[in-house]
Amino acid sequence: MTLLDNPPPSDTDDGAFDEPVGKVGDKIFFSLSFGAAALILVTLAAVAFFLFAQGLPTFTSDSTELDGDASFISYVGPLVFGTIYISCIALLLATPIAIAVALYISHYAPRKIAKTLGYFIDLLAAIPSVVYGLWGIIVLAPVLSGSLFPWLRDNLGFLPFFGSDVAIAQSGRSTFTVGVVLAVMVLPIITAISREVFLQTPRLHEEASLALGATRWEVIRQAVIPYGRSGVISGAMLGLGRALGETMAVAIILSPARGYFWDVLTAQNSNSIASNIALQFPESSGLEVNRLIATGLVLFILTFVVNAIARRVSNSGFSGADG
Amino acid sequence: MSLTTEVTNTAADPEQRDPNDDMTSGSLAGAPMWGIAAGAIVLGALTWVPSGSVNWARWAIASLVLYLIGVLIIARIVESPRQATDRFATALMTSAFAVVLLPLISVVWTVVERGSNRFDWEFYSSTMRGIVGEGGGGYHAIVGTLVITAVTTTFAVPFGLFTAIYLVEYSDGGRFAKAVTSLVDVMTGIPSIVAGLFAYAFFVFLDDVPVLTALSTGVGHRSGLAGAVALTLLMTPVVVRTSEEMLRLVPNELREASYALGVPRWKTILKVVLPTAIAGILTGIVLAIARVIGETAPLLVTVGITSNVNWNPMDGRMATLPVFTYNSYKFPTLPPEASIDRAWAAALTLVLIVVILFSIARILSSILTPKGLK
Repeated sequence: MTLLDNPPPSDTDDGAFDEPVGKVGDKIFFSLSFGAAALILVTLAAVAFFLFAQGLPTFTSDSTELDGDASFISYVGPLVFGTIYISCIALLLATPIAIAVALYISHYAPRKIAKTLGYFIDLLAAIPSVVYGLWGIIVLAPVLSGSLFPWLRDNLGFLPFFGSDVAIAQSGRSTFTVGVVLAVMVLPIITAISREVFLQTPRLHEEASLALGATRWEVIRQAVIPYGRSGVISGAMLGLGRALGETMAVAIILSPARGYFWDVLTAQNSNSIASNIALQFPESSGLEVNRLIATGLVLFILTFVVNAIARRVSNSGFSGADG
Repeated sequence: MSLTTEVTNTAADPEQRDPNDDMTSGSLAGAPMWGIAAGAIVLGALTWVPSGSVNWARWAIASLVLYLIGVLIIARIVESPRQATDRFATALMTSAFAVVLLPLISVVWTVVERGSNRFDWEFYSSTMRGIVGEGGGGYHAIVGTLVITAVTTTFAVPFGLFTAIYLVEYSDGGRFAKAVTSLVDVMTGIPSIVAGLFAYAFFVFLDDVPVLTALSTGVGHRSGLAGAVALTLLMTPVVVRTSEEMLRLVPNELREASYALGVPRWKTILKVVLPTAIAGILTGIVLAIARVIGETAPLLVTVGITSNVNWNPMDGRMATLPVFTYNSYKFPTLPPEASIDRAWAAALTLVLIVVILFSIARILSSILTPKGLK
C-alpha cells in the first residue's frame, strides 16, 4: 500500500524540517514519475488514434480499388472467425492440462523439484513463437497428419469438425495442428498463473480440511480449487488473449483459404487476423495497407474485451481471501 | 501383488470395525503402486500384437490408460472409494505433467539438434550479403537484434520504472492512478502485431507532417527505430508490473525511518527504497528483455529484413534474428536445406540468448538481494 499518511510533495507546506535542496529534488523527481505515468495514457490514446486514422481510409475511399471485395465486413468476418476458432481449440486443449500440471507442481511434486519445475515452465513461456512455429511445421505436423488425423476421421468422423468430404491435409497444415501448437504455447502461461494462485491458498484452509480427515484430492477439491477458481479463469483468459494475438506460429503452419471452414483436418482453413497481417503486409501497398491496419484495430478490440473480462473475473475473487 | 494390511486402531474390537473404515482396510502405498504400473506397461505391450511391430506411441498411450483404470479399480477394491479417487487424481496429475513434458522437451531437443548443423564460426561471423545457396550467416541479424533490443531497453526501463515509482511512492490511489493501472493492464494485452502496426502508422504520420520529416527513417517507413517503438509498447507494461510489485514489497518502516531522519522523499526513494528492491526490479527487467527479444511479428511489419549489417536504427531496414529465422524458412534459396539450416541456427541462437538472460536474472536476484531479506 502507498504511504497514505505522508502528504504528496506538491502540497508540502510543513516546511520547518524541509531543506530547500530537497524540495527542488522532490519537484524534479515527482514530475519525472508523474510524466511517465501520464505518458502511459498518452501512448494508449496514440495507439487507438493512429490505428483508427490509418484504418479509416478503408471505409471512406472507393472500395473498388481493393481486389473485388464487397465490403470490409466480408473481408474481416472469416478472419475473426478463424482467430476465435483457433484460439478456442488451443484453450480447450491447454486449460485442463495446465490446471493439472499447476496442481502437480504446487501440491504433488517434492518441494525441491517444484521450484526448478516452476522455473522451467517460466522459461518455456519465453521461447520465441517463431521457434514454436518451426517446430510445429517440421516436427509436429507430419506426426499428426500421419497418425492422429486419419484416426480422428475414422473414429470421430460423425462430428462436424472432424468429418467432411475434403481430404485430410497431408502436410499437416491444418487448423488442428495450429491449435495444438498454440496450446503448447499458452500452456506455460496458464500453468504459471494457476500455480501461483494455488500456492496462495491459505495454509489454514488446507490444514482444516486435513484435520477433518480429507485425502489430498479432497483437500484440493474443498480448499484449493474454490480459492483458486477465479485466478485460474483469469489465467485461462490471459492465455486466450495471447492465443488471439499469436502471429508467427499460425503464419508458418496454417494453409489459409478465404471463407468460413469448420473442418479442422483439411488444408482449407480460415486464417487468423494476426497471421493474415503478417503474411500480407510485406507485399501490400496503398489501400491494402489501410485495410490490414483496420483488421489490426478489430484484433485490438477483440483482445481488449477478452482481457477486460479476465480482469473482472479475477477481481471478483474468493471473498474469504483476506481472512 | 502383496498387499499389506496395517491395523492402526488397536483399541477397538476387531469384530465391531466397519469393513470400509479407511484406517483398517488394506493400503496400496509403496510397492503395490509400482506393481500396477509394471502390469499396465506389460499389458500395454499387447498393442504390438495386431501390427506385429513396436509402436512406441501406442504402447505409451495404452499403458497410461491401463494404469489409470487399474489404479481406480484396484484401489476401490483394496482400499476405499475415497482413497481410490485420491490415488486416481494423483496418477492423473502426474501423467498430465509427463504428457506436457513431451512436446516441451521435443521443442528444446529439435532446436538443439537441428540448430547444431550450422552452429559454427561462419554463421556468427558472416552476413547474407551476396549469398545464394550454402554458406552465409546471421551476423547481421545478431547485430540488428542487439541494437533494437538496446534501444528498446533504454526507452522502456526509465518509462516503466518511473511509472511504477509514481504508482507506489507518489499516488494516493486516486482516479488518475487507477486509470494508469488499468491502462497498463490494457497495454499488457496488446497483441504484438498490433504494436507493430501502431509503430508503422506512427512513422507514416511522421513522414507526412512537413516539420517532422527530419525524423524520417528510411525507405518504405521501415527502420530499427520503428521496431524499437513497437517493442517498447510491449516491454513497458512488463517493467511497470514487476517494478510496482517489488516496490510494494519494501517495508514502510524503512521509508518512515528515513523520513524521521529528515531525508527528503526523492532521496529516500533513490537511496533507501530502490536499493532494497533493486534485485527484484533488475530481475524483472532482464526477464522483460527475454520476452521481447524473440518478438517476430512487430519487427516483420516495422523493420523488415536485409542481408547487410546495419548498425544505425535511424537508417532503413535491419535484419533481426526472429525475422531472419522466419524469412529463411518461408523464402528459402536453393538448395532449401541450407536456408532451413540457417533458420534453425538462428532459432538456436535466440533460445540460447533467452536461456542466458534467464540465468543472469537468477544470478542477479541472488547476488543483489539485501542480506536481511535472504
